Amino acid sequence: MSKTTSVNLRGNSIKVDFLARVEGEGGLHIKMKGKNVSDVKLVIFEPPRFFEAFLRGRKYTEAPDITARICGICPIAYQMSAIHAMENALGVKIDGMLRSLRRLLYCGEWIESHVLHVYMLHAPDFLGYQDVIRLAKDYPDVVQRALQLKKIGNEIVTLLGGREIHPINARVGGFYKVPSKRDLQPLAERLKWAQEAAIETVRLVAKFTFPEFERDYEFVALRHPDEYPFNEGRLVSNKGLDIPVSEYDNHFIEEHVPYSNALHSVLRQRGAYHVGPLARYSLNFDRLSPLAKESAKEAELGPTCNNPFKSIIVRSVETVYACEEALRIIELYEPPDRPSVAVEPHAGTGYACTEAPRGILYHRYHIDDKGIILDAKIVPPTSQNQKTIEQDLREFVSKRMNLPHDQLTWQCEQAVRNYDPCISCATHFLKLTVEKD
Amino acid sequence: MKSNRKPKLAVWKFASCDGCQLSLLDCEDELLAVAGAVDIANFPEASREVAKGPYDISLVEGSITTPHDAERIHQVRRSSKLLITIGACATAGGIQALRNFKDVKEFTSIVYASPEYIETLKKSTPIAEHVHVDYELRGCPINKLQLVEVLNAFLNGRKPNVTPQSVCAECKMRGTVCVMAAHGTPCLGPVTHAGCGAICPAYNRGCYGCFGPKETPNTESLSSWLTLLGMKDDDILRAFRSFNASAEPFRKESEAHER
Repeated sequence: MSKTTSVNLRGNSIKVDFLARVEGEGGLHIKMKGKNVSDVKLVIFEPPRFFEAFLRGRKYTEAPDITARICGICPIAYQMSAIHAMENALGVKIDGMLRSLRRLLYCGEWIESHVLHVYMLHAPDFLGYQDVIRLAKDYPDVVQRALQLKKIGNEIVTLLGGREIHPINARVGGFYKVPSKRDLQPLAERLKWAQEAAIETVRLVAKFTFPEFERDYEFVALRHPDEYPFNEGRLVSNKGLDIPVSEYDNHFIEEHVPYSNALHSVLRQRGAYHVGPLARYSLNFDRLSPLAKESAKEAELGPTCNNPFKSIIVRSVETVYACEEALRIIELYEPPDRPSVAVEPHAGTGYACTEAPRGILYHRYHIDDKGIILDAKIVPPTSQNQKTIEQDLREFVSKRMNLPHDQLTWQCEQAVRNYDPCISCATHFLKLTVEKD
Repeated sequence: MKSNRKPKLAVWKFASCDGCQLSLLDCEDELLAVAGAVDIANFPEASREVAKGPYDISLVEGSITTPHDAERIHQVRRSSKLLITIGACATAGGIQALRNFKDVKEFTSIVYASPEYIETLKKSTPIAEHVHVDYELRGCPINKLQLVEVLNAFLNGRKPNVTPQSVCAECKMRGTVCVMAAHGTPCLGPVTHAGCGAICPAYNRGCYGCFGPKETPNTESLSSWLTLLGMKDDDILRAFRSFNASAEPFRKESEAHER
C-alpha cells in the first residue's frame, strides 16, 4: 500500500497524491457521491517549463536538441518531430538509407521505452509488486531478460545517436555522422536474441489477468501506405478522420481545464480521443510484420484492441515489430553517400507528427527568412490522452465501487499507467494556475 | 555508513525532463547491484513504496521554479544526510533558466492568455542557491557511469573519481581529431566540463556545452576564435545560452554578446 495514498474519513473519495511509476509528477482525485462517481481529475503539478516561449528567437537547427529536453524518456520522438517539421517548412525530403536510419533510431527508442514500461512500470501492477526491484527477487530471470532487452534498445540509440538520453547525432537534413555497415553488425547479432526475448515477453504478459473493461474509443494514429508508422503518414482515426498532418490545427483543439491547468486536447465536435500503442495497433494491424502478427495471434489479440489494460500486450507486440524492423533495416543497410543533405533556411511554416512510444507527437513551427523560430507549438501524446484517461477512470470506478478501498486505489493507478503517461512531456506547456473560489 | 543496515536512497524531482533519474534505470547491468547495495526508499518513478526519511543519500534532479518547490527543497535537505544534485537543471537551472534572461511577465503574457494565473518564480535556479549541496554531478543528461561512480564513492566513504577538466582532454583520450582545428567546426569543448566522453566531436559535431563550464574556463578567448570561424554575436550568444545558460561563466559570456 502506497503511503502517498490518503483515504477520506467518510470513504467517499480516492486521492493518490503522488502517482508512482509514471514519468513526471501528477496525482489523481476521484470524488464519489453515493454510488456514483461525481468527479475525476488527473492532477498535474509538474512545474511549467515554457518551451514554446523560449524556442522563439532560437535557430531552426536548435529545435531538435532543445525540444529533446522536454522528455528524457522519449527524446528521439521530440528530435524526429522537430526535424520533420523543419524539413517540411524548408521543403527538404529525406529518403533512402538516411530515412531508414531514422526508422532504426526510432526502433531503438520504442524498444527501450516499451520494455521500461512493460516490465518496470506496468508489470508490477499485474503481479502485485510495488516495483521491479521487489519483482526481481521472485523472478530474477524475467527481470534479467527485461534489462537485457531494454539495453539493446538503448544500444541502438547510443550507436546512432551517441548516447541513450538526449542523443546528439540527428539533425535537420540527416545526421552528423552515419555508421558503417560493420558498425551495425554486432547489433544484428544481439537483435536476433532480442526478437526471441520480445516474443517471450508477449507470451508472459498475455497470461496476466485483465479486468473486463472495453470502451468505444476514437483511436488516432499515423497511417503510412506500406509501413507500420514511425515518422510519416496521414493522421487517421477509426471514426472517419483522414487528414494530412498540416491540417492538425483545423481538427484538434486544446481545452482549458481549471484544476489540472494542463491543456486537454480534443477532436473538434467529437471530444476525447486515444493515441498510443492501442490506437496504432488497431489502425495499422495490417502493416505489422508477419512475426509480430503471429505473436499477437498467439496472445489471442484480435486486429483491434479496446481494452486499455491490454496495452501491455500491444506494447510487447510492438517491441517484437521494432526488433524485426531493426534487423530488416540493418540487413539492407549500405552507408549513404553523405550523412546529411544541404539545407538552406527560408521563411515558412512546417508541421510534423511522429509516433512517440506513447502516441502522436505534433510540432508546428513558423520560421523567418534567416531560419529563426517565430512561433512554436508542441502537443505531446500524454496531453492528448488526458481526457480519455479521466473518462476511463469514471467508467472503471463506477463499476467497482464495492472493492476494498486499497484495491480500488491500486487498480485506478494501474488504469492511469495503461497510458504510460509522461507527465514531464504533458506539462512543458502547462498553464499552472491557481484554482480560486 | 558502516552499520549492517543498508543505506537509504531517495530520488527527488523538481523542474526537469526525468532523464537524469532515468539514467539510474538505464544502468541495465548495474541496476540490480545498486538495488542490492542500498535500500531504495523513495523513488516514485520506479516504485509505489515510499519509506519515511531520514535518508542517507538523496539524489535531486531538476531546478527550482515555483514557490512550492522552493519550500519543498528545504524539506528534502532536512531529511537527507547527503544531498547530491544530478544534471544541468539541478546544478545550473537547466534549459528552463532561459526565462532568467527575460522579463518573466512579458515572457508569459506572450504565450499565456491569463498570465495572472501563472504561479511561477521569475527565475529557474539551481538547488545550491537554496540549500547546502554535498556534491554536484553535471550534464544534460548526466553520464550514468559517473552516477554509479558517485554512488559507489559515497557508499564507501571516498571521493568520487570525476574529473573537472575540459571536453578537449576527453577528445585526446578518445583519439578524436580536433573538429575545430581540422575542420573549422565551432566547438565549446575547450570551456566545457568533461564527463560525456566527448561524444559530439566523435560524431563530427562541435561540442554544445551540455555539461556546463569547466573549472576556470577562458570563454572570452574561445569567443574570439568562434568569431574567426565566422560566428556572429547572435550565434555566440545562443551557443553559451542553452542547457547551462545560468551557470556563471556561460551567463557572463552570453551577456557580453548581447546587443
